[in-house]
Amino acid sequence: MRKKNNSIERKQYLRKKTITKVSIFITQVTLVILFIALWEILANKGIIDSFITSQPSRMLKTFMSLSQNGLLEHLGVTCYETIVGFLSGAILGVIVAIILWWSKFLSKVSEPFLVILNSLPKIALGPVIIIWVGAGTSAIIVMALAISLIVTILEILNGFLNTDSEKIKMARTFNANRFQLLTKIVIPANISTFINSLKVNIGLSLVGVISGEFLVSKAGLRIFNSIWRASIPT
Amino acid sequence: MREVLKLENVSKTYQAKNGEIEALKNINFSVKEGEFVSIIGPSGCGKSTLLSIIAGLEKKSSGKIYIDEIETENISSKIGYMLQKDSLLEWRTIYNNVIFGLEITHRKTKENEKYVKDLLKKYNLYEFKDKYPAQLSGGMRQRVALIRTLAIRPEILLLDEAFSALDYQTRIMVTKDIYDILKNENITTVMVTHDISEAISMSDRVIVLSKRPATVKKIHKINFEIENKDPMNARKSPKFSNYFDSLWKELDVDAKEK
Repeated sequence: MRKKNNSIERKQYLRKKTITKVSIFITQVTLVILFIALWEILANKGIIDSFITSQPSRMLKTFMSLSQNGLLEHLGVTCYETIVGFLSGAILGVIVAIILWWSKFLSKVSEPFLVILNSLPKIALGPVIIIWVGAGTSAIIVMALAISLIVTILEILNGFLNTDSEKIKMARTFNANRFQLLTKIVIPANISTFINSLKVNIGLSLVGVISGEFLVSKAGLRIFNSIWRASIPT
Repeated sequence: MREVLKLENVSKTYQAKNGEIEALKNINFSVKEGEFVSIIGPSGCGKSTLLSIIAGLEKKSSGKIYIDEIETENISSKIGYMLQKDSLLEWRTIYNNVIFGLEITHRKTKENEKYVKDLLKKYNLYEFKDKYPAQLSGGMRQRVALIRTLAIRPEILLLDEAFSALDYQTRIMVTKDIYDILKNENITTVMVTHDISEAISMSDRVIVLSKRPATVKKIHKINFEIENKDPMNARKSPKFSNYFDSLWKELDVDAKEK
């Protein structure tokens, strides 16, 4: 075997990898800056109507003045709600997916219900949720949960059920029990499913939280909208 | 010699929505200790089903299976089963893949780990023990899969088309490697294959199954009368083509009957 990672080829390979990583990051940052700059310039030149689209510099100004009004606190509230909604959605989703994977019967029974629940317009359920859990943070978190939970269950269950059947057969040849199949094959084989579903989920939770805040909030980032509106010249 | 595996009138009927499918019918044969037996038959005749039943992964409809003269129904720890795909777990290192079976069967003792390490060393895989499966070639992966199966020290090894996913050259090489390993460790082997020459080159006996519902059509004794026979020199023997012809004819007749 080759000596420890110090051949020239190895170094070049590692360098190339770093360069790719850095250039991806630089491109991403540049894109954001370009977007903001273009927005600002176009608004300044009057090419786009800042009455409708606002303008970065104005938003920044309003943002500053709002932070005196406790924006950070609002930001904190929204973050807290999103994280709680997101985490409970992810954890509950995985638990339910495991139960449904474990029992084929339950999974068959619940299939049409899951599809129906998933197609419900959850945001429209907002007022009902308020009646159920009261107007407050809990309603917002339930909202976030309602939006993200079913999708999580469906996505993770789908990943579980599509685990390479040959791998499961292989483990069964060693007389693996269902719990071993779950912990040694199904879960590790689905790490990428988990990560994907988390990526989708954090967005969904935020949507849930914001729409919850529209309905009930006394605090939170819905205020962002106020920034937007305040920054539009009247 | 001891009969380590014996099948008595093993039958299998599949139940499906649109009726019954009779896959196996009264299969009888036995395998002696240290013997290498191949099972060939027309495609779709239920060869792999038979192996799954011996392994205990599938239920038989009737008949009896004896392992070491004890009737066995379920998955037996005396049997190692190697599938066509190596099914190495890509998130585990080679070493952790190899001890997978020991982990599942709660037999991860110092002694067994040493046995596994010795196997890896013996078959030139030890230096790769901290690599991941994706970094190994197909032939090496297949050898790793074999060691994973051998780690639980099975008395009987079942090979289900274990080499057919490999390209021709690798396949010839791996067949020889694995043959040597099995003879060294004195492991009784039952191999299912669709490759007649593979069956002839490795086996002491070849069992020919008929088309569905499969029954044992004939059992051929293969004897090259070569000292230190291995799949390589067997292929060079003049007797090889005779065996090939007679087995080929038997499979071919089935195809015409269809």
